[in-house]
Amino acid sequence: MNDSHYLDEARDPLIIAEGWMKDGKDVAIATVVETWGSAPRPVGSHLVIDAEGNFHGSVSGGCVEGAVVTEAIDVIGSGKARMLEFGVADETAWQVGLSCGGRIKVYVERLG
Amino acid sequence: MDPYALKALNAERRARRAAILVTDLGDARDRIVREGDQVAGDLGAAIAKAFRSGNSGSVEAEGRTFFLNAHLPQPRLVVIGAVHISQALAPMAKIAGYPVEIIDPRTAFATPDRFPDVALHAEWPEDVLKRQPLDSYTALAAVTHDPKIDDFALKAALDANCFYVGALGSRKTHAKRVERLLALGATADQIARIHAPIGLDIGAASPAEIAVAVLAQTIHAFRSRGLDAKGAVA
Repeated sequence: MNDSHYLDEARDPLIIAEGWMKDGKDVAIATVVETWGSAPRPVGSHLVIDAEGNFHGSVSGGCVEGAVVTEAIDVIGSGKARMLEFGVADETAWQVGLSCGGRIKVYVERLG
Repeated sequence: MDPYALKALNAERRARRAAILVTDLGDARDRIVREGDQVAGDLGAAIAKAFRSGNSGSVEAEGRTFFLNAHLPQPRLVVIGAVHISQALAPMAKIAGYPVEIIDPRTAFATPDRFPDVALHAEWPEDVLKRQPLDSYTALAAVTHDPKIDDFALKAALDANCFYVGALGSRKTHAKRVERLLALGATADQIARIHAPIGLDIGAASPAEIAVAVLAQTIHAFRSRGLDAKGAVA
């Protein structure tokens, strides 16, 4: 039937990444590859980022996206994929973490 | 990610075909595997499992770590018949993650009043399915009791390899239906795939209970795709 009912092209990260690529933008794709305990987004979820820091999709409930975007801009520059890991934020240190208590691994790679 | 892999993956997703993006986490190389592609060894077994479950995850094979991102089309349910059962089935199936479309040419039945918030086609199945063909990620339940409306859709569902095909009616009604479907050119193997009487045997009595039985059978059919009776990969 009508695909648009089932693939929300305006919000689909991988469709957006392809569009950005066609527009000549540099793009990074972040993917949740592993989760432990309570994690807001399942394995396979994507965040796509361009070199200006624009992004679509999610890899958490908004807890670590900022950090992933920063790393993604580096990955766009270097072309070298990175594995990031996020857990519960250390209460004494001002660092990024998941308040839900879970842990996630996010793979960040450049498109092309 | 390889730009060609992304383009190929999105093309498969737009066409409602299952695909898995396999990424070697060691060297970042990736490729697309389509359902039915032969992949050997432990990696192949993990890929087959991911196609069935739709779950993504990492797998160790050939001394390397691969990430399998499974992209399955959203399953959906086409119901032939805007009847009492369908009124209960449509909202329940939607909640369970199986969006519903209802087809019934009888305009007295197929009214937006009776079916708020459902994709509803007050047309013959022949016309709707020509425009919007069935596929292997679609389930079809025929519940009108009227051969003029149900039969064409059932034959189309078998030909399109719908993951679930169910038809309302007693064993006696179904025996007559089998004769008609054979006459339409369906094979005995195809006809054996029809669930009739429809629904899991939970002793359902009311239309809403029958809807539960149909939905449960649909979910079971979806989650056991590609498995034989013993649970092995076919």
